[in-house]
Amino acid sequence: MSQVSEMKAASGLEDFWGSEIHVQDCYQCQKCSAGCPVAFAMDYKPNQIMQMVSLGMKERVLSSKTIWVCASCYTCSTRCPNDIDIAGVMDWLRQTAIREGVPPAEKDVALFHSTFLESIRTHGRVHELSMMARYKQKTGKWFDDFKLGWKMFTKGKLKLFPSRVREKKELKDAFRGLKG
Amino acid sequence: MKVSYYPGCALHGTAREYDESTKAVGTILGVELGELPDWNCCGASSAHVTDPSLAHNLVARNLAIAEKEGRDLLVPCAACYSRFKAGEREMEEGTHRLNFRILNLLEFLVEDGLLERMKGMIKRPLNGLKIVSYYGCLLVRPPKVTGAKKYENPEEMDRLLGLLGAEAIPWSYKTDCCGGSLVLTRTDIVRQLTRKLIDKALEAGAEAIAVACPLCHSNLDTRQEEISREAGQDYRIPILYITELIGLSLGHPDTGKWFRRHFVDPGELLASKGLV
Repeated sequence: MSQVSEMKAASGLEDFWGSEIHVQDCYQCQKCSAGCPVAFAMDYKPNQIMQMVSLGMKERVLSSKTIWVCASCYTCSTRCPNDIDIAGVMDWLRQTAIREGVPPAEKDVALFHSTFLESIRTHGRVHELSMMARYKQKTGKWFDDFKLGWKMFTKGKLKLFPSRVREKKELKDAFRGLKG
Repeated sequence: MKVSYYPGCALHGTAREYDESTKAVGTILGVELGELPDWNCCGASSAHVTDPSLAHNLVARNLAIAEKEGRDLLVPCAACYSRFKAGEREMEEGTHRLNFRILNLLEFLVEDGLLERMKGMIKRPLNGLKIVSYYGCLLVRPPKVTGAKKYENPEEMDRLLGLLGAEAIPWSYKTDCCGGSLVLTRTDIVRQLTRKLIDKALEAGAEAIAVACPLCHSNLDTRQEEISREAGQDYRIPILYITELIGLSLGHPDTGKWFRRHFVDPGELLASKGLV
């Protein structure tokens, strides 16, 4: 077994080799990174992530900022000449990082997503006001965007009370399988 | 004519004026928008970055309700639309075909002779208004999911603006990202992306930017004060929902109420064109 295939086998990322997302087709043309609007804020560019996944460098990929900074704009997936769903790979990596409890390199982004889902789990719909307050509480950054939030409130853009889904059972079923 | 209507969470909150103007346009054009009963959140980015089955379940419940209603489903929020189209694709792979179509706002408006009807109802053509159309990401991408043909240079909104009498200016940033769901978390990234979009719109000669997505609107409209502080120059370009522009052009009485909810007041610009 070559060193590379040993790395792949040890990484648990080998799922990719059998899936419809074929990272191994990447020939490093860097079109994804050239078009990525948030590449400037990433520690590894999307093409580097593709290479790292191919090589099975699981820990470095899962603890990267890149997977959390990715805005899911799908520019990379749309333009890839090898038809690799790069944004789909990013999703898969984030899901894996969450499932395996890897501490996110962008803590606030991960907190935002979990707070957003909490709001859905509670009401069935996102109640923006309480979701924002809860996010602020979790991050401790009460004063960031306070003025903006207040202005939204005075303009009638934030509803005081949540609207709710009536079929609680169906909602609960949707969350079945998600821990926490 | 009646369609099912999925407002989504933002249209019941931060994007109220998009909800109100969409319904107003529906009423004027004689289309009844029946809100999907007991709809739930589509899950947006947060569900699909977290867990694929949760993302699927949240979408599937809404689609099942819509299937019972059996009418085409209008989804004005680009993010919800994108999740629904992704869900539709997953179902088709599992060989289930929906008995209705999922339409974003632009697809809805170009359907079934609505444009013709609109054309005949214009009371106040938007003459002299120089505007760029901004589609953002999720109305068009990924094209495999949305079915968009001209995904690098979409034109539906430009055509619509032209029909209303406005001057839709071509520019190269129609589908560049505004930062979307990083809205509360990496506001530095959002400011950088939106500043670029606004700079490029101004460079093209636009006086306003037309949008059809609540996240694009929020990111572009609400951060201009901060961008101005950072840049040391005054940014104040109105961001208008396409439905607000249609409402304005068709003489709807509530436009003032919608515009008052914007951070950047479009009143001055519209007054200078004799439109309010």
